[in-house]
Amino acid sequence: MIQQIAFIATLAAAVYFISRRVSGIRKNIGLGKNTFRTDQPQVRLRNMMLVAFGQKKMFKKFIPAILHLFIYVGFVVINLEVLEFVIDGLAGTHRIFAPYLGGFYGVLMNIFEFLAVAVLLSCVFFLIRRNILKVKRFWMYEMTKWPRLDANIILFTEIVLMLAILTMNATDQILQQSDPHYAATGKLYFSSMLMPIFDSLPVSTLLFIERFAWWFHIIGILAFAVYVTYSKHLHIFLAFPNTYFAKIEPKGHMNNMPVVTNEVKMMLGLQDATAAPPAEPGRFGAKDINDLPSTSLMGAYSCTECGRCTAECPANLTGKKLSPRKIMMDTRDRMEDVRKSLDKGGPGLQDGKTLLNDYITKEEINACTSCNACVEACPVLINPLEIILELRRYVSMEESGAPSSWNSMYQNIETNFAPWKFSPSDRFNWSKD
Amino acid sequence: MNVPTLAEMTSRGETPEVVFWVGCAGSFDDRYKRVTRSFVSILNAVGIKFAVLGTEETCTGDPARRAGNELLFQMQAMNNIQVLNGYGVKKIVTACPHCFNTLKNEYPELGGNYEVIHHSVFLQQLIESGQIKMTEGGSFKGKKITYHDSCFLGRANNIYEAPRAVLEALDADLVEMKRCRTTGLCCGAGGAQMFKEPEAGRKDINVERTEEALGTGATTIAVACPFCMTMMSDGVKNKEREAEVKVKDIAELIAEAQGLR
Ligand code: SF4
Ligand code: SF4
Repeated sequence: MIQQIAFIATLAAAVYFISRRVSGIRKNIGLGKNTFRTDQPQVRLRNMMLVAFGQKKMFKKFIPAILHLFIYVGFVVINLEVLEFVIDGLAGTHRIFAPYLGGFYGVLMNIFEFLAVAVLLSCVFFLIRRNILKVKRFWMYEMTKWPRLDANIILFTEIVLMLAILTMNATDQILQQSDPHYAATGKLYFSSMLMPIFDSLPVSTLLFIERFAWWFHIIGILAFAVYVTYSKHLHIFLAFPNTYFAKIEPKGHMNNMPVVTNEVKMMLGLQDATAAPPAEPGRFGAKDINDLPSTSLMGAYSCTECGRCTAECPANLTGKKLSPRKIMMDTRDRMEDVRKSLDKGGPGLQDGKTLLNDYITKEEINACTSCNACVEACPVLINPLEIILELRRYVSMEESGAPSSWNSMYQNIETNFAPWKFSPSDRFNWSKD
Repeated sequence: MNVPTLAEMTSRGETPEVVFWVGCAGSFDDRYKRVTRSFVSILNAVGIKFAVLGTEETCTGDPARRAGNELLFQMQAMNNIQVLNGYGVKKIVTACPHCFNTLKNEYPELGGNYEVIHHSVFLQQLIESGQIKMTEGGSFKGKKITYHDSCFLGRANNIYEAPRAVLEALDADLVEMKRCRTTGLCCGAGGAQMFKEPEAGRKDINVERTEEALGTGATTIAVACPFCMTMMSDGVKNKEREAEVKVKDIAELIAEAQGLR
C-alpha cells in the first residue's frame, strides 16, 4: 500500500513537471510566426516516415546509424515494459501481464533484454567516441561545457537504467523459485548470467535489491523524461513533427515575403492602393525569436547538437565564425532565456537582448554561402539557413547594416540592373565581340 | 554571331521555341561571355529556334535576395516578370544556376510561371535525342575531367546527373572528388559572397575546393555556373597551376568537341 501511494506521488510529480515544461516549450514555439503548413500531407507523411521513423538520413554514416538505431528501437520497445511498470505500480501487482501471456511473456522479456544489452553497448561505444576518440564535431567551440555534459549525462543514464533492468530481472528470477508473488518468466538469457552474483544472498536482501532496481528504473525513466525536456534529447519526440512540417519546396527556394510583394505592387502601380489594405508590415526579417517562423523555433528544440551540419559547412571548414549548429543552439538558448524571464514575471522578449547581436553576430550570418550543405546534412530536417537568411533580411532592410560591398551591389542592381557597375545598354554587347 | 532578340522575333510575328536567359555574368563577365557564346554556337549548330532578351533582360535579383534585400529582389522580379509575361514566354533556358533557381522556384509566387531548364539538362537532352552527335575518341578521350557541383544546381535543385551525363558524352575520364553530389563543397561564391570579401578565417573556400579538385589529377575542372567558374579559376591561379589545369564550362567543352569554336 505504501509502495502504491509512493508510486502515485512519483508519477504525479513527473506528470506535473513534464506538462509544465511542455507548455513552456509550446508557448515558446508559438512566439514565432505561424508557419505550420499541412498542404501535401502525403509528401509530409513520407518525409516523417522515412526520416524520423526510418532514420534515413542517419544512414549516411553507417556505424553510428546502426548503434543509434539500437538505442532508438530499444527506447521505443522498452517503453512497452514501462507500461507494465506503471500498471504494477498503481495496482500493487507484480508483472501483471505474465499470467496472461504465458510463454510469450518470456519471449518478450528476452527481446527487451537483448535490446537493453544492445543499448548499453551502444551507449558505451558512443561515450568512447565522444570522450576518448574525440570525434571532431563534438569538440567545436560551440560545444561548451553544458552541451558536452548533456550528451554524457544521457548516455550514462541510459547505461545505468539498462543495468537496473538486468539486475531486477536477475534477482526476480531467483525470487521466482521461492516466492509465489514473483510470477514465472522462464529463463531470461542475459540477466540469468548475472544470477550467480546474487545467488547466495538471503531472500530479504534479494527482495530489497529487486525492489530497489524496480524503483530505480521507474524513477530513472520518469526523471529522464523530465530531463529530456531541458536537453538536446527532445529530438526523440520533436523529430516527428519537425520532419512533418519541414519545408517541401526545393532547397533553393527562399520563403516569399507577401508584405513586400504588396508594397512592390503598389510602387509599380500594379495594384490600386484602395483594394487591399496593406497588412501591418511588422518587422522585415528577424531580429529576435518572435520574428522567426515557428517551424524554425521547433527546429531549434529538435536539434540534437550532432554537428553534422557544421561538419559540412564550407564557412566553418575554412575557419569562419559561422556554425549552423550554433545558430540552432543560440535560437534555443534565446527561447529558454525568454521563458525563464517570463516565468519569473520578468520582461521576456523586452529584456534588452535580441537573438541577433546578443546571441548570433553579423559576422556569423555574413559568412554563409547559402550552399544548403547544412540542410542536406541534418538527420532531422532542420534548416539553419532559413534563420540566417531571415536575420540578414532584418540587417539589410531595417538597419541598412549590410556589409558595404553588398550595399554597393544593391546600388548597382538598382541603377544598372546588374550587380556590377556596367551600363545596362552594354548588356547585349557580348554578341558583337 | 546570329543572336536574335525576342523583340525582333516578335515583330516578325515569330515565337521562339525557347528563350535563352543570359544572366548578368553571362552578359558582362569576360570569362563567362565566352560560355554564353559557346552555348549560342551550339544552339545555332543544332538549329534551335531561340531568342534572347538582349538589353531588356535585367538581374533576376538573386544576389539581393540572398544578401537580405527582399524589396530590391521583388522589384527586379516584378519587372522581369512583366517583360516575360508581356512576350508570353513559356520556356526558358539559362546557363546560370542562380538565375535558374530564382526563375524556376521563386518567380511563380510572384506571377511568373515558366518551364525553366538549366543548360546542363538542355545539353543532356540534345545529346540523348541525337541532335548533338558526339564522335567517339574525340579530342577529350582519356583526358581526366573532374566536375565541381554547383550548390544551386545540386543540393538546391537536385540536378547532379545531367552535367555528368554531358561530360560522359565527351568520352573523357570523369574523376570524382571525395566531396561530390549531395556533399559537394561550395566554391564559396553563393549567398551573395561573390559580391563581398570573405569573412575572416583560416582559408578561402575556393582554395580549399580547388585543392580538392587538383588532388584528383584532373587537367580540366568542369563547372556549370558562372560564380563557380570565377572561384575555381581564381583558386587555380592561387595555386599557380593555370598553365596545365583549365576551368571550363560544360557548354564550352561540348562546343570544343564539336569544333564549334
Ligand atoms: S548554407 Fe550557410 S550555414 Fe549552411 S552549410 Fe552552407 S554556408 Fe554553412
Ligand atoms: S541542426 Fe541538425 S545536423 Fe545540425 S546539429 Fe542540429 S540536429 Fe545535428
